[in-house]
Amino acid sequence: MINWVALKTIVRKECIRIFRIWPQTLLPPAITMSLYFVIFGHVIGSRIGLVDGYNYIQFIAPGLVMMTVILNAYANVSASFFSAKFTHSVQELMVAPVSEWTILLGYTLGGVIRALVVGAVVLLVASFFTHVPIHHFFSMLAILLISAWLFALAGFFNALFANTFDDISIVPNFVLTPLTYLGGVFYSIQALPPAWRVVAHFNPVLYLMSGFRYGMLGVADVSPWIGLFISIAASIFFAVLCYVLLKRGKGLRT
Amino acid sequence: MSQALTIENLVKVYQSGKTALKGINLSIAEGDFFALLGPNGAGKSTLIGIVSSLVTKTSGSVRVFGHSIDDDILKAKQLIGIVPQEFNFNIFNKAIDVVVTQAGYYGVPYRQAKEQAEDCLQQLGLWEKRNDVVRALSGGMKRRLMIARSLVHKPKLLILDEPTAGVDIELRRSLWVYLEKLNEQGLTILLTTHYLEEVEILCENVAIIDNGEILVEKSVHSLLGDLTGETLILNVDSILPEAPKLEHFACRLISPDSLEVDLIEPQTVNDLFQALDAAGIRILSLRNKFNRLEELFIRLTGHTVEDTP
Repeated sequence: MINWVALKTIVRKECIRIFRIWPQTLLPPAITMSLYFVIFGHVIGSRIGLVDGYNYIQFIAPGLVMMTVILNAYANVSASFFSAKFTHSVQELMVAPVSEWTILLGYTLGGVIRALVVGAVVLLVASFFTHVPIHHFFSMLAILLISAWLFALAGFFNALFANTFDDISIVPNFVLTPLTYLGGVFYSIQALPPAWRVVAHFNPVLYLMSGFRYGMLGVADVSPWIGLFISIAASIFFAVLCYVLLKRGKGLRT
Repeated sequence: MSQALTIENLVKVYQSGKTALKGINLSIAEGDFFALLGPNGAGKSTLIGIVSSLVTKTSGSVRVFGHSIDDDILKAKQLIGIVPQEFNFNIFNKAIDVVVTQAGYYGVPYRQAKEQAEDCLQQLGLWEKRNDVVRALSGGMKRRLMIARSLVHKPKLLILDEPTAGVDIELRRSLWVYLEKLNEQGLTILLTTHYLEEVEILCENVAIIDNGEILVEKSVHSLLGDLTGETLILNVDSILPEAPKLEHFACRLISPDSLEVDLIEPQTVNDLFQALDAAGIRILSLRNKFNRLEELFIRLTGHTVEDTP
């Protein structure tokens, strides 16, 4: 059961937080991605030539947007919910008549909103460097939204188990960043040796990257439908898992 | 009169194996001003934690105005306002946002939440500080903000877990007046406190809890009626080498010019004065060693209210 007023309240609170701390949430992706576009896209990319029929800066743009979306959706929810646990302000929610689904949806929507805002910022930055084509807008939007929600849910899951701020930085630093870099942000997996190409298929982020690149450029390493299916299935899995853990009060009740 | 809170056979065993509550039974009538009194570690905060969904019970039942926290938790929560012992704010939020957000969690639409938040902040003298972030507020202001936050959705049962701990006397007394006013308006209040004076002044009924068990539950008036004696501290006008040996009275010398004497019914202060006069001792002043409720508390539990077992 969703308490709609409470849901709006949580989302509003999350949005206020995102924009209040914009030097931490919105500015870093803009600066980092500008550097990526300048260094990899402009300086190095000019020597690489075309990849899948696009110049290099156009080729990496979808990957950089998706990488930003994944990392920001995750970071927003894990940091916000863990901070609420850490300061005990999460008790404000726990004593109120707010269902577990409302809490989960509210926090993850906050993550999705931040991911979309920074994704838009990266696209805007990209548009200063090159023409940004969009081939299948709705496919692009669908995979962007579902990927953002998936990693927002994963961030929530992390926050439920976290006891220290270190616990919410381990996954982004040691799991998500390598997976996104190896998921084809900067290269097509067709360029890999055959053995590594097989290994790359075990990286779930590859499917999300490919799906989003298909939406923007119309080309993909793997079928975009696989990416959509994986992200929907994984989202449902994490949503149910987080709901059960919340219901049991994991990390929240003694 | 209906029951605001009904607790039956409530047991809490923590994962560490510690049994915090050993089958508590408690009933608080609607409109009551009820005190839960006990030393640190007695089980007060665990009990309040279970009622407010911050602690998971092991067994037993809790009903808030008839709504079970097992079957009807959202309705039960809607009727409760909780003021925890420790500050639990996001310290970077503005005071007004803390209260408005809390109202939103209780389903109060934004515009109405702002009006109700203004009302609560005005009543608690925080309206001028509404745009200050929580971390900039003093301890007393934070305490009042927690009360404003707990009242913004207009609960029917207010639970206060040591609301005046660490608060200066002036603020404590102003909070007493405010809480009395809320109770007169029909709000049921459950209060835990270390200040026995607070219970004596504010509360109609009291339960004394120790070591996870309710030792006594009755009206404050009736409980004080159970007091069959008191301990007096007497200041005398001479230097005494040792405690005088008085017939029927046990005297202890606590300094060369002050005595501690137990007065047990039916003995009266007059009897004591006569005995001291006969011994040639003149009294300059006297006072109770403990307040009356504290005296009872010590007799029931064997330790003072601030002891940690």
